[in-house]
Amino acid sequence: MEVDGEDGRTQNQLRPLACSHNILYRAHGSASWSLRTRTLRKQTGQIDNLLKSHLMRMRPWLNGNKEALEFKFLHVWEWFRYSGLPVRVQLLEEEYEMILKRTLQSICLLTINPNTTTSIIIQVINDDGALLSCAINAACVALVDAGIPTEHLAVAICCCVAKSGCKMKAFAYLAFLNCVHSVLPEGSSSVQGEPIEHGIVTSVTNDIMSEDNYFYSLERGRAASVRVVRVSQEELATALN
Amino acid sequence: MGLPNASGDLSTEVEVDAFRRLFPLRLYEKHLLESIRPDARPLGRARETTIALGAVASANGSALAKIGSTTMLAAIKMEVMTPSLETPDEGCIAIDFHMPPICSPIVRPGRPDEAAPVVAKQLSDTILSSGMINLKELSLVSGKAAWMAYLDIYCLDVDGALFDTALLSVVAAFSYLEIPVPVVSLNDDGKIVLSEEQGLSDREPVNKEKRKINLSSIPFSLTCVLHKNYILADPTAEEESIMDTIVTVVLDSSSQLVSLHKPGGTVLAYTSAIQDCIALTRQRVKELQKILEEAISGMEVD
Repeated sequence: MEVDGEDGRTQNQLRPLACSHNILYRAHGSASWSLRTRTLRKQTGQIDNLLKSHLMRMRPWLNGNKEALEFKFLHVWEWFRYSGLPVRVQLLEEEYEMILKRTLQSICLLTINPNTTTSIIIQVINDDGALLSCAINAACVALVDAGIPTEHLAVAICCCVAKSGCKMKAFAYLAFLNCVHSVLPEGSSSVQGEPIEHGIVTSVTNDIMSEDNYFYSLERGRAASVRVVRVSQEELATALN
Repeated sequence: MGLPNASGDLSTEVEVDAFRRLFPLRLYEKHLLESIRPDARPLGRARETTIALGAVASANGSALAKIGSTTMLAAIKMEVMTPSLETPDEGCIAIDFHMPPICSPIVRPGRPDEAAPVVAKQLSDTILSSGMINLKELSLVSGKAAWMAYLDIYCLDVDGALFDTALLSVVAAFSYLEIPVPVVSLNDDGKIVLSEEQGLSDREPVNKEKRKINLSSIPFSLTCVLHKNYILADPTAEEESIMDTIVTVVLDSSSQLVSLHKPGGTVLAYTSAIQDCIALTRQRVKELQKILEEAISGMEVD
C-alpha cells in the first residue's frame, strides 16, 4: 500500500538526516541530530526536529566501583500544543530519561572510570515527531565525540502504522545495536540464527497495533536503521580525519 | 571463607541466605538450569493474584489488587465539570500515580522513586489508548457538563511487576465504578447547577439508577525479565534488580498489542524472545480475565 505522507514521502522513505558533532565548546562532547520535514503546501520555512546533546563529566561522585550515567531530557514546552497540561510533558521527560539511561547503560563500558558520573543532557530544539529515536542517535554520536569508550552504539528509528488515508494509528520506537561487526569484512556474528544487529535494545510502542503490524514494523525498522547507521558513520569518519 | 572452585559450588560451605546475598546471579542461574526459581515457581507462571473490589467505601469505584506481595490501591472519584471546547461531548480522566514511602525502603518522603513517573506515564498512555473507556459515555449535557473521573493509584507495597498490578487495579476499579446520578438544574444566573443525589430519603428505598460504565476491550499486561536464553514471567523485586532487562507486554481482550515496552537492558530481544513473551501474556490475559470475573460476580451476590 503506497501511502503518501503529507510531505510527499512514500512508505519507506526517511526524512533527510543531518548530523553534526563537536558543536559546543564547553562540553566534553556534543552532537546534533536533525530530521528535516519538508512541507509542500506551506512554502514558508522548514520544520525541523533538532536535538542537541552534550556531555559533561563530573567528578567525584561516589557511586561504588562503577561509573554512573545521568540523563537530563529538556523538552521545549510548546504551550499551544499541549494546551495547558504541562504535567504530561514532565512525565514524558522523565520517561524518556529513564529509557535513554537504560538503553545506553547497557552499551557503555561503565567500569573504565570508577567514581565518576557522566552527565548527558539532551535539549530539544524543535519537536516534529520521532523524538525519542532522535535523542538516542544524538546521544550516541555525542558519546563518541567525547571519546567515551563504548562496547557498541545504538541506532534508533521510529516506525508508524498508518490507516489508509495516511492517518497515523500507532507508532513504535525501536533501537537496535550498531556494532563493530557491521564494518568488519567477515560479516556479523549470529546468535540463534539471527544476526546480532537484529536484536532489539529498546522498544516503546504507543497506541494499539496488531501483533503482525508490530513484527512488520520491526523488519522495516531494521532495514531503515541501516541507512541511519551509514549517516552516523560518515559523520564520525570525518571526525577522525 | 573459601574461594569458589571451578564449579562455583560455594553453596556447600555457606548458608543459602548468605549465598543469595553475595552471589545472587549465580544462585538464580543454578536454579534456572532446572527451569525453576528459588521460590519454587516455574519460569512461566505468575504469582498468586487477588482482587478486592470496593476497598474504599467513600469512592465511586475502587479496587485493591495484589500480585504476590505487590499491592496497589486504585480509587475513582467522579466530579462534574465543563468539558473543554475541543471535545464538548467527552468526559475526562485524570490519572495520578503515587508511591508513598510506605511501599519501599528506597522511597523516602520528599524523594520520589525514579520508577514512579515512568509507571504513571505508561499507565495513562495504556488507559487512554486502549479504548477501554469511551469518553463520550462520561458526558452529561453536551458542551456544558461532563464527568471528570479522578483516578488515584496508590502503591502500598513494592515487590516487582508494578505496572501489571497497577493496571489490574485500575481495570478492576473501573469495572466496579458506579456513576452517581446528578440533578441538573439552572440557577438564577442561567448557569447549570448540579447537585448529586446521594439518596438520603428514608421513606423510599434508595433505588436510583446508578450507571455502570461500559468497558470494551480491557487491557491486561505481563512483565517478563530476560536473562540469557530464559524468560521469567512476573519478576519479584529481587529478580528485577539482578536481571535488568524487563519487557512489559499489554494485550487487550481481542489480542491486539496495546503496548510493548522494553527500555534498554543488557539482553537483546530477538524476534523469538518477543514472540514467547507475547504468548506468555496471552495465557496470563485469560487467567486475569477469569480472576476479574470471579471478583465481580462475588460482589454482585452481596
